[in-house]
Order: sequence, then structure tokens, then C-alpha cells
Amino acid sequence: MFSWDLLANAVVSGLLLGGFYAAVSLGISLIFGLLEIANIAQPAFVVLGAYAAYVLNNAYEVDPILTGLAFTPVFYVLGAVVYRVYYESFERRGDEALRGLVFFFGLLFILEVSLSLKFGVDYRLVQTAYTKTSIEFGGVGIAFRYLVPCVIGIAMTLALYLFLSRTFYGRAIRAVSQDQQALRLMGVNPIQIKTIAFGVGIAAASLAGALLICIAPVIPSTDRDYIGRMFAITVLGGMGSIGGTLVAGIILGVAESFMATFFGPSWSLAVSFGILLIALAVRPAGLFGR
Amino acid sequence: MSQPWIRPLRSWALIGALTGMFVVASAGTFVAQAADPIKIGLGMALTGGLSANGKPALLAMQIWKDDVNKKGGLLGRPVELVFYDDQTNPATVPGIYAKLLDVDKVDLVVSGYGTNLIAPLMPIAMERKLTVIGIFGLGNNEKYRYPNYFQISPTGPDPATSTATGFFELAAKQTPKPQTVALVGADAEYPQTALGGARELIKRLGFKTVYDRTYPPSTVDYTPIVRAIKATNPDIVFVASYPPDSVGMLRAAHEVGLQPKIMGGGMVGLQFTTVMASMGPMLNGIVNYDYWVPEPTMMFPGIQDFYKQYQPRAAKEGVDTLGYYLPPYAYAAMQVLGQAVEASKSLDQQKIADYIRNTEFSTIVGKIRFGKNGEWAKGRTLMVQYQKVQGSDIEQFRGPGKKPVLYPEELKSGNIIYPYSAALK
Repeated sequence: MFSWDLLANAVVSGLLLGGFYAAVSLGISLIFGLLEIANIAQPAFVVLGAYAAYVLNNAYEVDPILTGLAFTPVFYVLGAVVYRVYYESFERRGDEALRGLVFFFGLLFILEVSLSLKFGVDYRLVQTAYTKTSIEFGGVGIAFRYLVPCVIGIAMTLALYLFLSRTFYGRAIRAVSQDQQALRLMGVNPIQIKTIAFGVGIAAASLAGALLICIAPVIPSTDRDYIGRMFAITVLGGMGSIGGTLVAGIILGVAESFMATFFGPSWSLAVSFGILLIALAVRPAGLFGR
Repeated sequence: MSQPWIRPLRSWALIGALTGMFVVASAGTFVAQAADPIKIGLGMALTGGLSANGKPALLAMQIWKDDVNKKGGLLGRPVELVFYDDQTNPATVPGIYAKLLDVDKVDLVVSGYGTNLIAPLMPIAMERKLTVIGIFGLGNNEKYRYPNYFQISPTGPDPATSTATGFFELAAKQTPKPQTVALVGADAEYPQTALGGARELIKRLGFKTVYDRTYPPSTVDYTPIVRAIKATNPDIVFVASYPPDSVGMLRAAHEVGLQPKIMGGGMVGLQFTTVMASMGPMLNGIVNYDYWVPEPTMMFPGIQDFYKQYQPRAAKEGVDTLGYYLPPYAYAAMQVLGQAVEASKSLDQQKIADYIRNTEFSTIVGKIRFGKNGEWAKGRTLMVQYQKVQGSDIEQFRGPGKKPVLYPEELKSGNIIYPYSAALK
């Protein structure tokens, strides 16, 4: 069944999917990869972002991506509050390992149940011009509902990379992940920096949620499909490496697409996670890890 | 200054009051006993993956309870539903039913929604000799052959082939007859069973399989799968999928330009209101299974009254607004149970089961008689085709014409548009 057309399509589909995977994983890359906080509620925030996009699209036909952007400050504040609660309740007391994990598990369920109570459990989708459009270049089909999330995923990666490498707060976030004590000695409050980093990570979920609902229908429990992938991409890319997250997303996306096209889709997830295991065996810190 | 006769009067008054209180209290106890509700217990998927169907099913059962209580209840006692959220997690089911039976002391039970949630209930039901009505389980009793289990979806005595039978029999009747088949479905219990049935039908009707693959339920991008199917150029594409993959496959088919002669079969989710509204004209031409549609041949006694109650309440509660898929059958399941209790004048599990086994029931989804393994004695899985769907207005689905019944012959309400590409014009 091999043909060059199929191969080209599989690679392009994988690249587009990879860009989207990067978008949904950036927040966890920042929070788990840099701050080392196992925020397993991150996918629930992504789904919350998807519902925000759905509500405005359904009521006023607002573009979901615009909604995702507009809601980033709200999600930032939400993230900052969540981190403060987590810090006061667990981190400050040194209980962050297991109890912190339970806290985020609880948060995930609270968000899920709240969405169920508010919106019910019907599958929700959005209507935009680009979710129904696709183009073809020399036998390679490109669906806009994947192209748009991919482009935005790459833009988010670039923006986060520049923020972390070129701004004071970005450099402080990277510093806090390396040595909190040194940062404190330089007169910077590490808790404030972590609050900002956590807020930025949750803000990214707002935009990622908007991209998610462009691609597929969403119900409150959709978050469970993404937990494994998000953490796998973060670990494969290298803890805290923003560029690595994009590369890892693309590797998983291309692997899934390639397997689905040529060897049967059943193998796609197994192969993706197989790649993760092999990569970690060769480079335990991930592809671009320190 | 008190009068001397007042003291005895006060004593008599006190005695009278105490006696009165005792009489009232006794009468109250008696009334309470007489009006003790009949408790029907269940676990239901109110959160998790199957909750989009679980919540409407529960709503339908609550409507039945209200209807029955308005008419005086069962055996002169009001009916109460005791339910817990099984979270679409089979591991919660044994605990939920143990609590229902041992703590809540329910009189009767019905199952939660779906094959995976019914499976853990079967051993409990057998151990405690319960009569159980299953809500849309596919072949749950094939291995157990438990005589007191009854299943409400109209899949019939051979659940495995129920979805594929109508689809492939319809395909075989078309001119020119399609020859090649692509089979695709999710790696999950229902799709696997449906695909198994499809393989049997393909062999029986002489088609040739050119693609037969499954995918993980958490797949995000379906375009590579659809492209691989398109590369094999099949005449028939049979899809056995759950709601997110049904949407993903349909969108990908349109993006990739997959146009076999006939497509659909076992796509769960295309029957849901929000999915129909969002997919709109993309649905045109799909031939898919269904259980109830608002066509003239499906207007059984009581069904319209049911929807008059269901649809406003569903809109308020944010669940499947049209509710054509599962709700009427959930209501019918309760009708069967209620009629069996009334007729056998008993809450005895065995008497109720015996009555259900030997009786034909009149319900809002038509006449039901149970047969082998507690399934409908004669299957009635419909094949419908989406036709002339325009825009995303759900109002268009309230009347006939958008999903005419093509199969079975006795319920047919329209003709197939063949090939698939003709329905897209």
C-alpha cells in the first residue's frame, strides 16, 4: 500500500499534529519541566479553555482562538491563585511530593465535575470557517483545523522561548528552577517568580483549549486523553526545554501519523511511547534536557 | 385565682391531648408504612466518557417515575429512584450495587448504561438472584445465560451482527452492487463486537475486504487513517466508532475526499443532538444504525407525550436536547419493570422475571418481547440515511425526512440515495 503521496501526507499530518501537541504541552513543560510541580490538573485547565471558547463561539460566534487569547489574563490569575493555595498548603510545609499530587488530582476532578454540572455532558464543538476548510498542494492535503493550531503552537513556543530567554522574569523563572536559594540571595522572591511561572503555564492552557476544540469535540472528561501525552512530550523533549517540547510533539505526531497510515493505527500510541522509552534509555534527561 | 373544677379539667385535657397525639402518631406510622416508597436502584454514568448518554437516560427514568407516581405509583406505593454516579468506571459498579442493596435496601435494580458498566453487575445479579434490566448492553449475557437478565436495546437475539446486518443487506441490494469493503473501528468493546459481526456478514454476502484495521480510542488525528482507507479504493466503508472518533472520521473523510458508494454502519454519536447540529450537511449520505427517529413508521403510542416532557427538561438540564437515541428506551425499560410489578402484584424477583420472560409489553418504543439470553426476541436495529441536512439548526431534525428509515422493510419510511456522492450534492 506504500506510495509517495501517502508518505508525504503522513509526514505533513504528523507535523501539523505535532504543532498542536506542543501547544497543549507547553504549560506542563513550564510547570512540571521547570518548576517540577506535578500539575496533573493541567489538561483540565486546557478543557476549561475549550469550554470558554465554546461558550463565546456558540453565543456570539466569536472565533475560538480570539477567545483563547482574550482569556489568557483570566487563566493567568487563576493559575497564580492555584499556585498560592498549593504553596501555602503543601510546598511551604515540605508536603509537596505526595500530598501535592493529590491536591492536583482533586483539582482535576473538581474542574471536571464543575464543567459537567454547568454545561452537561454533551459533546461540544465550535463552528468556524477554517474548521471546515482544507487545501491541497501537489497531492498533499492540509486541513485548516490542524494547520491553524500548528501555526499557533509554533508561535506559542517561540513566544515562550523568547519570554524565558530575553526577559527579566523569564530568566528569573529559569533561575528559580536551578537554585532558589541563590535567587533569594540576589533579592528576588522565588515564590513570586514561581507564581508568575505557574500563571503563565495556566494561561497557555486557555489558548491550547481553544485549539483543542477546533480539532475535536470536547466533553468535561476529555482531559484524561491528554494527561499521558502531555507528560510524555515534556519528558521526551527534556525537562524544561521549550524548544524540546515542540520537537518532541512533532516526533510523536509524525510517529502516530506514519503508523496510522502504513502499519495500522492500533500501533501508533504504542510506537510513540516506545520512542519515549528508547530516547530515555539513551538520553535519560530527554532530547534537550540539561 | 383558679377555680376548683379547673384542675380536673386540665388533667382531662392533658390526657386527651396525649391520647390524640398517640392516635395521630400511630396513624402517621401506619400511613408511612402503607406509603413506603418502592425503591429502584441504579448506578449511572453521570460523569466520564458515557455520561453524554447516561444523563439523558436518567432523566427519562425520572420522567417515568413522575408519570407513575402521578397515577398512584406501583402496588399503591410511590416509586423512588435511588441512583449513584458510576463515573463510567466499571470498578465502581460492585460497590454501588452493594450499597443500593445492603444500605439503601432498594427493592429492584436496573443497570447503568453500556456494555462495560453492565458486565460487573452480572455476577452480583446472579449471586443475589436479582431481576435486572440492562440498558444498552451488547451481548452481556452471551456467556452467563442468566435467565433473569433482560436487555432493552433492540439488538435482537444476535447482538454481534445487529449493527452490520441492516447495513450490509442494504448494500447488497444496490445496483451496481458494491464489491469491496473497508472495515475500521476503535479498539474498544462495542466496536470490536460490531466489526466481528461485520466480518461475518461480509463472508455471508460475498464481499471482499480490502482494509480491516482498528485505532486507539484516544486518537486525535483521523486523516492518516482515512487516507489509508482511500488508498484501497473501497466501495463500502463500515465504521464502528464512539462519538469523538465518529466526528473525527467524518471530518477527515470530507477533508480527504473519501467517497465510497456507501459509508457508515456503526457510528455512535451521530445520533446526538449537538453532534448533528455541529456536523450539519457533512452528515448527508451517511447510512448509520439508529434506534428511534421521528418518522411516521416509528410513532408508537405514548412516544410523543414522552418527548413533550423530555425535551423541555433536557434543554433545561443541558443534556441531549432531542433525545432520540437512548431516552425512549430507558423509559421503556422502566415501563417493562413497572408493568411486571403491577401484573405480578409482587416485588419478588423471581415472579417479576417470570412475568417479563413470558409477556409481550406495550411501551413507547413499540411492542417488546424478550427471547434468547434476555435480548429482544426479534431484533429491530434501524438503518437510516441522513438526507438533505442543511445548516446547523436542530429544528430540522424534529420532523420526518432528514433521517428516513431504510431498514427493516416493515418500518421503512424512505429510499436510499445511492451512491454516497449523490447524497452530497
